[in-house]
Amino acid sequence: MNFSLNDEQTALKDTLAKFIERDYSFDQRWKITESDVGWSREHWNKLAEIGAMALPVAENDGGLGGSGVDTMVVMEQLGRGLVVEPYIGCVILPVALLTQGASDIERAGLLERIGSGESMVAFAHTDAGSRYEREQLKTRATFANGAYSITGKKIAVLGGDCAELLLVSAKVGQDAAASLFLVQTSASGVTRFPYPMQDAQRGADISFVNAPAVLLGERASAQAAIDYALDAACAALSAEAIGVMSELQKITVEYLKTRKQFGRAIGMNQALQHRAVDMLMHLEMSRSMAMEAAVAMSAPDAKARAKSVSAAKVLIGQACRFVGQQAVQLHGGIGVTHELNVSHYFKRLTMIGASFGDCDWHLARYGESLLAA
Amino acid sequence: MDLRYNDEQRAFAQEVREFTRANLDPSVAKKVLEGARLSREDYLAWHRALYKKGWVGVGWPTAFGGTGWNSTQQHIFDEVTADEGAPQLMPFGLRMVAPVIMAFGNKTQQDHYLPKILSGEHWWCQGYSEPGSGSDLASLKTKAERSKDADGAHYIVNGQKTWTTLGQHADWIFCLVRTSTDGRQQEGISFLLIDMKSPGVTVRPIIMLDQEHEVNEVWFDNVRVPAENLIGEENKGWTYAKFLLSHERTGIAGVGRCKRIVKRLHHVAKQATANGQPLIEDVRFRDRLAQAEIELRALEITLLRVLDAEREKRAPGPEASLLKIKGSEIQQTLTELTMMAAGPAALPYVREGEHEAQDVAWLSDEAYRYATGTYFNFRKTTIYGGSNEIQRNIVTQLVLGL
Repeated sequence: MNFSLNDEQTALKDTLAKFIERDYSFDQRWKITESDVGWSREHWNKLAEIGAMALPVAENDGGLGGSGVDTMVVMEQLGRGLVVEPYIGCVILPVALLTQGASDIERAGLLERIGSGESMVAFAHTDAGSRYEREQLKTRATFANGAYSITGKKIAVLGGDCAELLLVSAKVGQDAAASLFLVQTSASGVTRFPYPMQDAQRGADISFVNAPAVLLGERASAQAAIDYALDAACAALSAEAIGVMSELQKITVEYLKTRKQFGRAIGMNQALQHRAVDMLMHLEMSRSMAMEAAVAMSAPDAKARAKSVSAAKVLIGQACRFVGQQAVQLHGGIGVTHELNVSHYFKRLTMIGASFGDCDWHLARYGESLLAA
Repeated sequence: MDLRYNDEQRAFAQEVREFTRANLDPSVAKKVLEGARLSREDYLAWHRALYKKGWVGVGWPTAFGGTGWNSTQQHIFDEVTADEGAPQLMPFGLRMVAPVIMAFGNKTQQDHYLPKILSGEHWWCQGYSEPGSGSDLASLKTKAERSKDADGAHYIVNGQKTWTTLGQHADWIFCLVRTSTDGRQQEGISFLLIDMKSPGVTVRPIIMLDQEHEVNEVWFDNVRVPAENLIGEENKGWTYAKFLLSHERTGIAGVGRCKRIVKRLHHVAKQATANGQPLIEDVRFRDRLAQAEIELRALEITLLRVLDAEREKRAPGPEASLLKIKGSEIQQTLTELTMMAAGPAALPYVREGEHEAQDVAWLSDEAYRYATGTYFNFRKTTIYGGSNEIQRNIVTQLVLGL
């Protein structure tokens, strides 16, 4: 048992912390989110230089072969800075999918280009009207004249606004299980509706009408890779939430010390003190579960991994809600303004809770594991 | 980073499990697993078995006859023995007064008391709280006046202690007493060891809401206590008391106990039926169980983080202070869930032994027999050891700096 980061992880953490301090202040972020595209290629490239993109890519595929714990280290720092560049959307998800779901030949080169920051590939999975469904897909693929084409509508695709390639989950004909396809965003029949999301990250709804697609891996055998990738995203979100919550907790305690009402710091009031303690409690319990999820990503048993990741997503989702809402409440009026960073942290926490399965969805998934036990 | 036990730790857990299975009286284990009340002898039989093995001084250094185990080994021991249904080792001697005697007692006191704590010859109880001094412990009034006669220097103690857990079984009590009223109230407190057989000591039961006799009032009426029973210096008792409170931080989370309850709850939820189906199939109940289990896992990892930091001699972070709050809340949730699983079988209050005598077979199910009593009993966990509100005050001050 060991809860410490190794030397490389500590160095990685320090490097990223410096990046956030130097290049990702609240003002710098503001400029980025207000720009037309809403993210910064320059910052993306800096992250690639640090090695963040190559980190989750296996060494065989030209990457650094990092573990779930390495990803945790990165995500916590990205959370601290509320980084809007689509690291989960265009690194964590496609790397996990390609590694688990594509053959050596199919992924040759592509993973390397993702790892260098050169290629942006997004995962179009969520069907319109299907909430957090992982298996029952509405998007359909047809095979005709020796090629596949895809028809369907995918929503809330992280990085779907800027990716040049899409990994698309779909079912072929009456197949019981999902298959995975590669689609060019510039292909005929692909229409994107890009938008900023509530937390200023960008995404897109993407519709496919007989869009040409290339099958990755074996037909009707992508479910394990999809589950792995979505779990990897959940573990990454969990770690990101730790960074967001720890900043928000710090900012809130500082405010309690400095804001004066009735002639004294508002932090002198026990009602507020105990709320701040409960925020800390949520944060520390969450930190433990982010570790659980990170370590679970290396578990050989998919069921054990699913159970740990869902446990983390439940507990951290609840913490995101509590810490976010209470940070706003303890700040009072200024907490509900757009100009203060508090509301931006709150919004990111809210989006984390709603991404890739909310608390109820993951609680149900965890509960099902109890039936089998 | 690795959250699992390593091979050495797993082997140790196995050794503890095998020893427990071979040496724990199955009838005692059954009582523990069902939540039944234990007799003095039930506790002592397990204590003596561990003593014979050299395993009773769990957190003690080897110099005093302890196991010398690191904090992770101690946790494994707690977890495995709890899982097997072993009674909790009474903390009052082993984990409360002993560390104080080791740190602040003189050689004579160490030589006299520590071996008797280990062997189980002395059962200790705690004399801290008073009727007027609960959370505000330093306001305590039980008075100890020093005097001298032909038989030597001694204290005359007058006053009353309360909430004395299992004081009815105790041979000795360690007390915080007032030896001075000068200066700050914390500065007039001394730490005194008192023989429960001393003339003038009276123990009166307090029956708790589960109608059980677990705690007591202890009255002192001109009790003569030899001066050599003073620990350390007179009027420095508050320092020793604080040391004691900080010493036992991790055990109070009750992770081992919680894991045992969860295991039992699974068993119950699969047996009990709701609408013709096992209760575990009921989504509403299953969600509650899942939620409690997830929180328990978070607590366990948090505890392991604290233990890891202690072993590595890194200062434990704020997580240490939060263990008691969260641990007690989870214990309450789990006992409440067990009662919920019982459904209408939670209603009757049937005394020990009456289940068999009367035709109430439907509630004689061992799974439910003590569920409600345990639920009521566990309301204490957020109150004792410094109420959770006091704990939040401590975190506010020491961690948040507010």
